[in-house]
Amino acid sequence: MKTSYWRPTWGLIHRLYTRTTIRTPNQLRLGSQTSSFQRSLLALSSAQQEQGSWGSRHSKTFASFPTIAATVFATIYMSCPILKADDETLEPPKYPWNHSGPLSSFDAAAIRRGHQVYKNVCASCHSMESIAYRNLIGVAYTEEEAKAMAEEEEVEDGPNEEGEMFTRPGRISDHFPAPYPNDEAARYANSGALPPDLSYIVKARHHGEDYIFALLTGYRDPPEGVNIREGLNYNPYFTGGQIAMARALYDGAVEFDDGTPATTSQMAKDVVTFLAWASDPHQDERKKMGVQAIFTISVLFLFALYTKRLRWSLYKSRRIEFRDM
Amino acid sequence: MHYTPHILFAFHSVEHIMRDVPFGWLLRYSHLNGASLFFILLYLHLFRNLYYSSYSPPRHWTWIFGVLLFFFSILTAFIGYVLPWGQMSLWGATVITNLLSAFPLFGHSLVTWIWGGFSVDNPTLHRFFSLHFLLPFLLFALSLLHMIALHHSSSGNPLGLDSSFSKIPLSPYFLLKDFLGLLLLLLFFSFLLFFSPNSLAHPDNYILANPMLTPPHIVPEWYFLPFYAILRSIPHKLAGVLIMISSIAVLALLPWIHSFSSRSSLFRPLFRFFFFLFLASFFLLTWIGAMPVESPFLSLGLFSTLLYFSFFLLFLPSLALLESSFLSSYHLLPSS
Repeated sequence: MKTSYWRPTWGLIHRLYTRTTIRTPNQLRLGSQTSSFQRSLLALSSAQQEQGSWGSRHSKTFASFPTIAATVFATIYMSCPILKADDETLEPPKYPWNHSGPLSSFDAAAIRRGHQVYKNVCASCHSMESIAYRNLIGVAYTEEEAKAMAEEEEVEDGPNEEGEMFTRPGRISDHFPAPYPNDEAARYANSGALPPDLSYIVKARHHGEDYIFALLTGYRDPPEGVNIREGLNYNPYFTGGQIAMARALYDGAVEFDDGTPATTSQMAKDVVTFLAWASDPHQDERKKMGVQAIFTISVLFLFALYTKRLRWSLYKSRRIEFRDM
Repeated sequence: MHYTPHILFAFHSVEHIMRDVPFGWLLRYSHLNGASLFFILLYLHLFRNLYYSSYSPPRHWTWIFGVLLFFFSILTAFIGYVLPWGQMSLWGATVITNLLSAFPLFGHSLVTWIWGGFSVDNPTLHRFFSLHFLLPFLLFALSLLHMIALHHSSSGNPLGLDSSFSKIPLSPYFLLKDFLGLLLLLLFFSFLLFFSPNSLAHPDNYILANPMLTPPHIVPEWYFLPFYAILRSIPHKLAGVLIMISSIAVLALLPWIHSFSSRSSLFRPLFRFFFFLFLASFFLLTWIGAMPVESPFLSLGLFSTLLYFSFFLLFLPSLALLESSFLSSYHLLPSS
């Protein structure tokens, strides 16, 4: 008996239950002595085949509910923030950052302005211990500018040959100076709150840039009935709504080199761009390498796909016949 | 070697690798996302084997080595997550190592022994660093055993039937096919690595570990969330720990739980329903693991835990009985 293309499936099932040894496909012999169990299996398989497959028609109904449920939960999971914001805290809105697209690089002018904001406003309380002056070269400043900036700082070095510590003008290899000698001093000067280091602040906060921007521009009068503790300030974006840092950015707090009007939101946007760069200084290089990698892999993939399909075409289009001998 | 396993330097040495070491960011982000990729593949592999019942004899040894690989991969990944010494490193390690203290009599001494002190501290970081280096060799040995066991019985197929009468050579067919799969994987990995390298990581791990400040929510890496959810769903500490361990150990029992003669779910419509129900419970647990311990996640977690274990201990055995009785109710012989 010649069988159609997909008949071997059921032949193979039969083979499983009858434990008949198959030497070559065309020598297949059905076992002559079949038990009732084997008969029933065969009956089921042929019933499925003849009735337009009982299994798959029902299984679609069976499988659809959990599949949908799984998809729904997966979707909810993907769209949920990992932490549930408590009722007191506002979730920051999404802002269209110049550098957030997959092919977008940092806005160099904004980094330069943002550094100015950091230096003139933030640096009086916040350190950036991971950033050195040399990091700014080619990003926001020329080498001469960076050298000049570093030399403005007095850096403690030593000990010298006499065992004494001494101060010298900064070099580009020096890191940004910290405003306080240690955490205790920082806490003492800020009514017990420690101003965090800003080197990696953007990647160390949920919602990254959006959060910092919303926080910097989110200071307002507390709503009716909210009591703010002495020395704290109301900010709905900060967990609990009360933050030790006072509003730092006011219109005109900085005079930008390039003449950009220094509004609060402009300064906030620029300093956040600067901080985003500081958190991930290799972002531009990374995205560029990503484009290269994806292009190369895609081309290779197309070649590999063609070769694979070509080589497999024999196996994919072969026809297996099962015959009674 | 740019990493330093010391509580004062570990965090900054990782930042140093990311900032100053040439292509250090590439190495570190690959390592970070590589772990995620590893677990994505591991779960896909696991679920496919559940779908096709590949664990059933004669491949039960392959499966047992696979479950061991899963367990030690979890251990290795957990230990690796401690090394950057961020907030989640420290507090994740504190929560997970403290689980052992639930065991009566020797629990507390065991935890002290593992910590090398009275809290997760410098000795813990030191030994975790060497373990994170050593355990991959164990994983390597186990994967060799996994392969040897596989070659003993050769791989299965979606039909779950013997295909030994028609074999396709490894070269060039499967080499080409796997190369294609590898490229697809690298393509996916490139999107993750180059365009969104921190999306699967937790922002708190970019904050230096501080033993004086507990984060409001301690969340493990995404691939541990289902098991973390199971742990937190059980209101009793020791029971929670034991049930969490059994949620992995129950996998090893599968070859003996499954007793239906047809392997593949292609021929088992009812099994398919329960398989997807199991998947749903797994995703539900993953989601709940990331949520705070409060209503409704607490009761939902307990429900999903029940669903998770029911698949192995209730649905699978009763399905096999039901299906066998279905089949024996047919007494027709096909015309051949």
